[in-house]
Amino acid sequence: MKKYNVKTTISYPMKGATGKTGNWRVFRPILNKEKCVKCLRCWIFCPEATVIRKDDDSIDIDYDYCKGCGICANVCKIKAITMKREGIEK
Amino acid sequence: MAIKEIPTEEYYLPGSAACPGCPATMALRIVFKAIGKKMIMIVPACCTAVIESLHPNTSFNIPTMNIAFEAAAAGASGVEAALRKQGKDDITVVAWAGDGGTYDIGIQALSGALERNTNFIYICYNNQIYSNTGIQRSGATPKYAAWTTTTVGGKTEYRKEMGEIIQAHHIPYAAQACISYPEDLYKKIKKAKEIKGPKYIEIMAPCPPGWRFGMEKTVEMGTLSVETGAWALYEYENDEIKFNGISKLLLEEKINPKPIEDWIKFQGRFRHLFIPKKDVKKLKEIQDHTNLIWKRYRKCYL
Repeated sequence: MKKYNVKTTISYPMKGATGKTGNWRVFRPILNKEKCVKCLRCWIFCPEATVIRKDDDSIDIDYDYCKGCGICANVCKIKAITMKREGIEK
Repeated sequence: MAIKEIPTEEYYLPGSAACPGCPATMALRIVFKAIGKKMIMIVPACCTAVIESLHPNTSFNIPTMNIAFEAAAAGASGVEAALRKQGKDDITVVAWAGDGGTYDIGIQALSGALERNTNFIYICYNNQIYSNTGIQRSGATPKYAAWTTTTVGGKTEYRKEMGEIIQAHHIPYAAQACISYPEDLYKKIKKAKEIKGPKYIEIMAPCPPGWRFGMEKTVEMGTLSVETGAWALYEYENDEIKFNGISKLLLEEKINPKPIEDWIKFQGRFRHLFIPKKDVKKLKEIQDHTNLIWKRYRKCYL
């Protein structure tokens, strides 16, 4: 990345500027890929840009930074995303 | 337009300091997608100054300048003048401020910049509260909403209509949008980018910690604010107002608005109207005021 020689405080873009925010999460979004109809509502509404849109419009969730707000599960009209509590295995 | 047509590029990097369910980052992503890499952001003191995260890192992959609370529009004027002097006319200057920095503290600089015909986009994301400093009242807070330093009963004054103050400046383009309608917001930003002169866009941004609702309900609360008539979606162009989306149907009385109670019963800031017992008188007052605003809209813009 290009660094600028300026006499002021300057910040540089970085993924995870506040650290791995995934550890804020209490509920984890789980995507059911068979149910997904690729409407991309979860992608556009995700406040954290952690729902990754692939070339074929299928999606993936970046659990390193997902804060677990649950908006994706709430806007999904066919309930393909469900929220599961972290740490409980079935 | 469909959601699929919105570009995939992300200039907002994940892992910022925003609260989970933040409407500001939701709006920021769409603004970045609509304008693209060639933009300069001016951010005064507001939640976004925190969302940028701490030095030496930032979560915006866009050149951003932080400035004092009252100076967002003044700073943007300076950046725009510098770009004009250098002959760089393909860069969009965007001032991005909260409702405190627009309605209350920044209104003088904003009014000045609009009057000087500065070529920039001013975006106000309106969460109806000073969220960054821990929830205090602003000029945008609606009547009877409580905040963290309220004694009893919430705010006693109505919120002001910033949209109409902006229209009094006779600028080329102004619009009101909501984070729950991303296609509409994207279209409005895209349109503003093409127009020369001052542009003003206000985005309704329901704030989970500020309004006291669950963080997964951000989108739902935005939709309800439009469906109940608490917020209107419109475009102002060449001294003419065009309502769009659900607000257009409400204006033309093709559908009935939902009762305002549907919107406020989910918000903890209005809890004192429901607990210990329902305050019918105050709820009716809020409903009557909303009806009055729509009556005026119909009289002026239909």
